[in-house]
Amino acid sequence: MSVASYDVAIVGAGIVGAACADEFARRGIRVVILERDMTGGGATAAGMGHIVTMDDSEAQFALTRYSQQLWQQLRPELPEDVEYEQCGTIWAAADDEEMHEVWRKQEYYCKRGVPVEVLDSAKLQANEPNLRPGMVGGLLVPEDAVLYPPCAARFLVERAQTNGAKLHLGGSVSEIAQGRIHLAEGAEIAADIIINATGSCSPLLTTGLEVRRRKGHLAITDRYPGFLRHQLVELGYLKSAHTLTSESVAFNVQPRKTGQILIGSSRQFGAEHSEVDNDILVRMLERAQQYMPGLKEMLIVRTWTGFRAATPDKLPLIGPWPQDKSVFLATGHEGLGITTSLGTARLLVDLVDGKNPAIPIEPYLPSRSPKEHVHA
Amino acid sequence: MSRTAQKRFDVLVVGGGPAGMAAAAIAAECGRLTAIVDDNFTLGGQIWRGETQSAASNDATQWVSRVRAAGVTILAGTRVFHQFEPGILVAEAANELSELGYSQLILATGARERFLPFPGWTLPNAMGAGGLQAMVKSGLPIRGKRVVVAGTGPLLLAVACYLKKHGAEIPMICEQASWGDLARFGLTLLGQSGKLAQAFQLKRELAGVPFATSSWPVGGHGRTVLESVLISRHGKIETIPCDYLACGFHLVPNIELAQLIGCRIQNGFVRVDDFQKTSVPSVFCAGEPTSIGGVELALVEGQIAGFATAGRTGDAKRLFEMREKLRRFARALDRTFKLRCELRRLPLPETIVCRCEDVTHRRLSQHSSWRAAKLQTRCGMGPCQGRICGPATQFLFKWNPDSVRPPIFPVRVESLASMTPHPEPEHVESEHSEITGGQR
Amino acid sequence: MPESVVLTVNGAKLAVPSGSTVAVAVAIAGGACRTSVTGEPRGPLCGMGICFECRVSINGAPHCRSCQTLCESGMEVTTNE
Repeated sequence: MSVASYDVAIVGAGIVGAACADEFARRGIRVVILERDMTGGGATAAGMGHIVTMDDSEAQFALTRYSQQLWQQLRPELPEDVEYEQCGTIWAAADDEEMHEVWRKQEYYCKRGVPVEVLDSAKLQANEPNLRPGMVGGLLVPEDAVLYPPCAARFLVERAQTNGAKLHLGGSVSEIAQGRIHLAEGAEIAADIIINATGSCSPLLTTGLEVRRRKGHLAITDRYPGFLRHQLVELGYLKSAHTLTSESVAFNVQPRKTGQILIGSSRQFGAEHSEVDNDILVRMLERAQQYMPGLKEMLIVRTWTGFRAATPDKLPLIGPWPQDKSVFLATGHEGLGITTSLGTARLLVDLVDGKNPAIPIEPYLPSRSPKEHVHA
Repeated sequence: MSRTAQKRFDVLVVGGGPAGMAAAAIAAECGRLTAIVDDNFTLGGQIWRGETQSAASNDATQWVSRVRAAGVTILAGTRVFHQFEPGILVAEAANELSELGYSQLILATGARERFLPFPGWTLPNAMGAGGLQAMVKSGLPIRGKRVVVAGTGPLLLAVACYLKKHGAEIPMICEQASWGDLARFGLTLLGQSGKLAQAFQLKRELAGVPFATSSWPVGGHGRTVLESVLISRHGKIETIPCDYLACGFHLVPNIELAQLIGCRIQNGFVRVDDFQKTSVPSVFCAGEPTSIGGVELALVEGQIAGFATAGRTGDAKRLFEMREKLRRFARALDRTFKLRCELRRLPLPETIVCRCEDVTHRRLSQHSSWRAAKLQTRCGMGPCQGRICGPATQFLFKWNPDSVRPPIFPVRVESLASMTPHPEPEHVESEHSEITGGQR
Repeated sequence: MPESVVLTVNGAKLAVPSGSTVAVAVAIAGGACRTSVTGEPRGPLCGMGICFECRVSINGAPHCRSCQTLCESGMEVTTNE
C-alpha cells in the first residue's frame, strides 16, 4: 500500500505550526500540515497576540528578542488583516517596589541592546492619560507589537502552500511514531520528521510530555479609539506567570487596530472546561478597572477562554524528542507563542538542516534536564 | 455610579411579551412570588409593542391588567446578560446591576427577524418588517410615505396592515413563498377558525394593496438613504421608488440565554417536555424559543409553564389540546415560509453580510465554517454577536452556529466586574411594585 | 405628562412627541445614526435593540442603542457621521 510521504509533517496549524511550515517550505523542504480544526485555532485564536521581549531568564530573553526581530523583518509582507501594530509595551509600576523593578529591567534591556525608556509619573500619564493617577512610573519598550493571530497563522500557512506545502484540514491525528502519522480514519502519512506543534494538546500525541494546560480569560470591548495607545502590563504579571500552582489575575490590556480594548489576563491550572469562570472574570475586570477607571463604563462585547501550553521551567520545547528519532517538538510556549513562533521555526529548521542556530538552542531542547527555574 | 441590587423570587420570567406575561400572571395567581424581567421599557415584547399602553381593551391590555392584578414585580429596562450560577441571573439596568435569584425560571425570550443580505440592504431606511413597525410604534412619522413590504411570513401582512392604517402607502407586498405554498397554508387555516378570521380581516384591510408571491428584493438603491427597491417578480425585475423598505424573512428564536444556561437545543429550538420544562432542572421555556408559532401559541405555552411551576398539572393539561392545535399551525408556518434557494444568490461578492464588521460575502465564502469565518474575518464578533449575520450565514453557507459566551448582550465592564458570589440570600423581596430601569 | 419633549440632535433643538425613541428623533432630524467601519451611513434595522445599527452618543455616552432609549428633555444626541 502506498503511503503519502513527506520530508516534514507538522501536526497543528496554530501560530507555531504555521511558522514552522512557512520556514521549512521556504527552504524547499516537502511539508504537510495536519490540522484537525482550522488554521489559527486553539490558543492562537484565543490569545492576546502580543509580541513582547521578556526578561524572565536569559533563555527566554534570547528567544523572544530573536523572534521579535524576525517579526519586525516580516512586517512589510504582512497583509492588512494581520493588523500588525508596533504600539510598544509599557510595564506600569504602581509603587516604589515595582519602580525598582522598572530600573532593573531598564538595565537588563539596555545591556542587551533593546531600546527602552524609563517613564516617570508625569511621562507615564502623558503616554497613557487613562491610567489612574498615582502610578509611580513605568518602562516603555517601543519595539514590542501586537497583531491579530488567526490571520497571521493563515498568512504563514498560505505562504507555505505557495512554496509547495500541503494542508490537510479536518483529519484527526491519533498517533505519531517512527516516521508515521496515523490518522483517526485509518489513513497513514509517512515523514522523515514529524513536528508536534499541537500546543496544550501536545501530550496526547507525545506521551510523557510535561506540558500542562494553563487556562486564561480575556474580554473585549466595543470600539473606543484613542483610549489606549500601548499594550499595558502591570509588574505583577511576572509574579503570576511564575507561580505554577495558583490561579491569578493581572492587569494586561491591549489596543486593537479596531479601537477595541482587549482586557486580560488570568492564569489557572487544573481547569478542564472551557467555560468562563465567573470569579476569575470578575477579579480580572476589577483589577483592570483599578488601573484604568475609564474602562468601567465601556461595553464588553464578549468574553472567552483559552488554554496555554505550560512547561515546568517556563521555556518551550523545541527540538528532537529523545524517545523517537522522527519526532520533534515545537510546543510549550505558554503565553509567548505568538512572540516566539518565528524564532521557534528558525531554530528547528537550522537544527534539522545542520546549520548553527542564531541563538543557543540547548535551553529549549526536550532533552534538557529539569531544573528549578530561577527568577532573573 | 452603579449599585448592586439583589432580588429573589420564586418564579423569574425572562421576557415580557405574550408568553412571559401569561406565564407570570398564572404563576403569581397560583401564589408564587413572581417577576418579569425585560429589556424594553414597557411590557408587550415585540408583537404587542405599544399596545399594552393602549386605551382600548385588547388582548395585550387584558394580560397586562392580569399581570398587575396578580402582583407580579415588573423589572423593565433591565437586560439579563449572564447566569452567575444556577439559580441566579445577572441583569444590567441603567444605573444598577441586578442579581436575580429564583427557584424556577421561565424563559420567554421571544424571537427576532431573520435578515438576508442583498445589494443595498444596508442603506438607511431599509429596515426589518417588524423593525419598521417598531419604529412607527415608537413615533416614526409614516403618513404619506411609500413603504415596500418584502420578505416572508405572516408578519409581512400584519406589518403592511399596521402601516396602511397609519397612513403609509404600500406599493407592493412581496412574499417569496409561492402561490401554491400559500394556498396550501390557507387550507390549514380552515382547521383553525380564529386564524381564518384573522386572515380574512387582513385581506379586507389590505384590499387594493398589490400582493406578489414568488417575489423578493434583489437590490436597494439610493445615495445616502434608500430611494428605490428592485423586486424580482415573475422572473422580471421591477423598480419601485419608495421611502422605506420593510423586509424580514420570518423569525428566528432567541435561544442565547437558554444556551448559556445549558438547555438542550434541537434544530435551533429549545427542547421542552409537555410541561414546558427544559433539560435543565427548574428551567422552563415558553413561546417562540420552542417553536415559531405566534401569539396564541405563546400565550398557551406561557400559561402551561406558569401552572407547571405551581405544580398545577391538571390546569396545565387542560391546555394541551389547544397547544397541539396551535403547534400544527406553527408547523404549517414553518413549511409554508421556507426560504427558497434563489435567496442564496441575492448577495453579490461585495455585498456586506456582517454589518457590525462590514464583512463582505466574497470574504466569507472563502471559509468552510462559521468559526473559521469568524476568526479570520471578524464576522459575528461585533456588538450583535452574530444575531443578525448568524442566521443569514447559516442560510447562505449552511454553517452551524457557535457556542454562546457571556455576556449575551454588551454590558458595562463595571457590571461584569460587580457580579459577586454569595450564599443563598436569606431575605425575600416582598414588594409587589413596578420597578422601571431609570426611565421616567 | 408633557405632550412633547425637546432635545438636541447634533446641536440642533428638536421637539418630538412624548414617548418617542431617540432613533425616531434622529430620523426626524434627518441623517444616519452611525457610520460603519468602512464608512457607510447606517440607521436602525431591527428596531428591537439587537442589531446595534442605531447607535448614537447620548449625553456624551457612546454606543447607546437609540431605538431602545426614550427621548428625555434636554438630552444631547450626537450621531457618528
